[in-house]
Amino acid sequence: MPSSTTERGAGPGTEVVERLTAEWAEPPTLRGWFSTVDHKRIGRRYLVTAAVFFGFAGFSALAMRTQLAGPEAEILSPGEYNQLFSMHGTAMIFLFSTPMLFGFGNFLVPLMVGARDMAFPRLNAFGYWVFLFAGLFMWASVPAGAAPNGGWFAYVPLTDERHTPGLHLDVYTLGLLFLGISTSAGAINFIVTSLKLRAPGMSLNRVPVFVWAIVATSFMVIFALPVLNLDNALLFLDRRFDTRFFDTDRGGNVLLWQHLFWIFGHPDVYIIVMPALGIVSAVLPVFCRRGIVAYPLIVLSVVAIAIISFGVWVHHMFATGLPQLSYGFFSAASTIITIPSGLQIFAWLATMLLGRIVVRVPFLFVVGFIVTFVIGGFTGVMFALTAFDQQTTDSYFVVAHFHYVLFGGAVFPILAAIYYWLPKISGRMYSERLGRYAFWLIFVGMNLTFFPMHVSGLLGMPRRVYTYPGGLGWDPWNLLATVGAYVLGLGLLLVAVGVVHALRRGAPAPDDPWGGDSLEWATSSPPKPYNFPVLPRVHSLHPVWDPRTAESTGPGATEDRILTDGRQTLFTSELDGRYERAVRMPEETLKPLVAAIGLLTVFVGLLFAWYWVAAAGGALFAGTLAGWLWPAHRTPEEAGVPA
Amino acid sequence: MTERGEGILTAATRPTGLATEEPVGRSTGWWGVMLFLTTEGTLFAALFGSYFYLRFQHGAPWPPDGIRQPELLLPLIMTAVLVPSSLPVLWAEAGIRQGRRWQLRAGLFGTLVMGGTFLGLQGVEYSGILREYTFTTNVYGSLFYAITTFHGSHVAVGLLMVCWLLVASLHGSFGPHRYERVRIVAYYWHFVDAVWVAILFTVYLSPRL
Repeated sequence: MPSSTTERGAGPGTEVVERLTAEWAEPPTLRGWFSTVDHKRIGRRYLVTAAVFFGFAGFSALAMRTQLAGPEAEILSPGEYNQLFSMHGTAMIFLFSTPMLFGFGNFLVPLMVGARDMAFPRLNAFGYWVFLFAGLFMWASVPAGAAPNGGWFAYVPLTDERHTPGLHLDVYTLGLLFLGISTSAGAINFIVTSLKLRAPGMSLNRVPVFVWAIVATSFMVIFALPVLNLDNALLFLDRRFDTRFFDTDRGGNVLLWQHLFWIFGHPDVYIIVMPALGIVSAVLPVFCRRGIVAYPLIVLSVVAIAIISFGVWVHHMFATGLPQLSYGFFSAASTIITIPSGLQIFAWLATMLLGRIVVRVPFLFVVGFIVTFVIGGFTGVMFALTAFDQQTTDSYFVVAHFHYVLFGGAVFPILAAIYYWLPKISGRMYSERLGRYAFWLIFVGMNLTFFPMHVSGLLGMPRRVYTYPGGLGWDPWNLLATVGAYVLGLGLLLVAVGVVHALRRGAPAPDDPWGGDSLEWATSSPPKPYNFPVLPRVHSLHPVWDPRTAESTGPGATEDRILTDGRQTLFTSELDGRYERAVRMPEETLKPLVAAIGLLTVFVGLLFAWYWVAAAGGALFAGTLAGWLWPAHRTPEEAGVPA
Repeated sequence: MTERGEGILTAATRPTGLATEEPVGRSTGWWGVMLFLTTEGTLFAALFGSYFYLRFQHGAPWPPDGIRQPELLLPLIMTAVLVPSSLPVLWAEAGIRQGRRWQLRAGLFGTLVMGGTFLGLQGVEYSGILREYTFTTNVYGSLFYAITTFHGSHVAVGLLMVCWLLVASLHGSFGPHRYERVRIVAYYWHFVDAVWVAILFTVYLSPRL
């Protein structure tokens, strides 16, 4: 039962709060800005940086739509167009979606599980700096005219040295390898945080769906990303050092690139969509005033999707002439994976049906998500049929499909999340009216942009053409899409205006403006550096609606969950969330930043073939790491050495 | 009880001592290294998968272009050096668990010598094979050098980590309550050894099948 009015415990005394503040507060200096390890600050940075990269990629898209508004336009040259669509796709996938969702994960996972920070706070800071530098590394190539230009999946032989000379594809391979370090580190951090740092009593069946989704995503990253890294490393070696992996004259094979790319690439679709589905499962029930329906089934379907997603990659390659038998297998797997996805949709519908709906902006975006994602899923099922796929592959129908899936499946939930958690992140309420305008502009603009692409695709318009002749029946659909893109852009601009307006003029947000059920609503808005003065003891799946959990942070709270002696948080057991022990968390430090600068030097050195610079960067990285992990000096007694 | 023994007792029974030392459950460090090795293992698995994919797409003869079957003598010697190098690490870890710091140092030193020998032998092997073919000769050469160099660089990183541990242990940072870093490096080292066995089968033995 939602009862946001349940009395919370009075909490610990001011003396405890003062001691916690003294331990956890970071100095408000410039150095403090660079050395922070607070997951909330790092999470905010992820969100802002990813949003800026989204802006860059969005402007690239607007430029392309302007070029395509009518036939034979000459606003962009073919070369510029190639770079823009390649950077648009690469940035939206790698530099926006995943980092944005990791940003929410960074801010929310420790709060949702009732911890004081991530399991590895310094690694977390390092991951952010690497993400920032990798993003700048790739975007800097655009003004230099050396941006990737082989599409976001960069098929060989188009992308080998002979057919695409210059730095373009080296920026791509090295940039993604660099970024991969950040993503892998983040994934490991999420899994370990969710396994070990949950509040006592939070057994696996009480973990919020959003955290489950982040963990499942992280496991997909662990298994999928190394394959992409290998692919990029091989391409870099082929281009730079004349190895022969993709060189058919010397026994290499170009299909290896596609296999490796899509072994990563299809799980990556779910790496992007899964946390977004988690956001929906967090936001939707709150505006239906009840707990989510079929929690165990949703969790099972999250896990099932994570596993099955590794068995569907060949459906991206139905047009490459592989054996028919393999098509049968992958077609079946691609059809099966719609079952757990559909199950989640029905669970949300049931939640709405059984709840009492309160329409606010986050809820509107969730509904927008359901509508567009179902359309995208529908065309997705069509692609699972090999015969249909072979007719429409590389046409605008594909572009329409994956924008419905990714804009519908990821951007709508991200926008819902921005409005839903902005009060928690910033301590300010947004303007409901501005938010509704933004929603309708985005919803209309999105459909106006991408729905006509289904038609132009079926009429035979190929993707990735920089212009087209008139009179093929494509003109009106392209014009509609361009108008839609500007409407969509206006709507997104309104979101940015709404956020800035909230930060500047917004009314102060209460701790729990929505009557939410997960633990981030049980602390102040914005949360204090130590998150919770008392780490709660969790008694149900809906801890904030549960009086016993609220009571556990009240006056009777025991010292072993307050922990004021240094920066401390709790380890609990992986499955049952049994109390294990208190552990010390690290202080702020500049080492993550220095290590990331070392890596940036490595990748810049590799890009320009300044190998001594790269070696120096490697030495800086290794040296910083050696100091970072250097064991604190212990007396023999402390280390437990017998006399 | 000796004075020193009492010191240990108080250090171990202070509230923070009790709170932080109690060896309950897996640590975050253990989980972190296991996940790191999982992702590394996936990378090697993808590399081996690529080897077999390229080999079978290429068809016979393999190795192509008249390159001879890989020699086995040297790789078997390298195996005999690298795989047992996990033993001194195990011995070192067992030592520090009992508080015998000298055993930790001696074990790490033994691993350092064996791992260094392995890298030296790899250099000897390369100097012979480079005269026959290089990584630009054909796809077989590219695979051979990429796989072995990638593994060799892992051995080199492992050796750097062992050196780092050795220096830290000379500073006296480790003891029965404080040896997690030793364990983590040990896991990494065992992993690098296990990967070598997979390389022995993939690169050296499988072409003969």
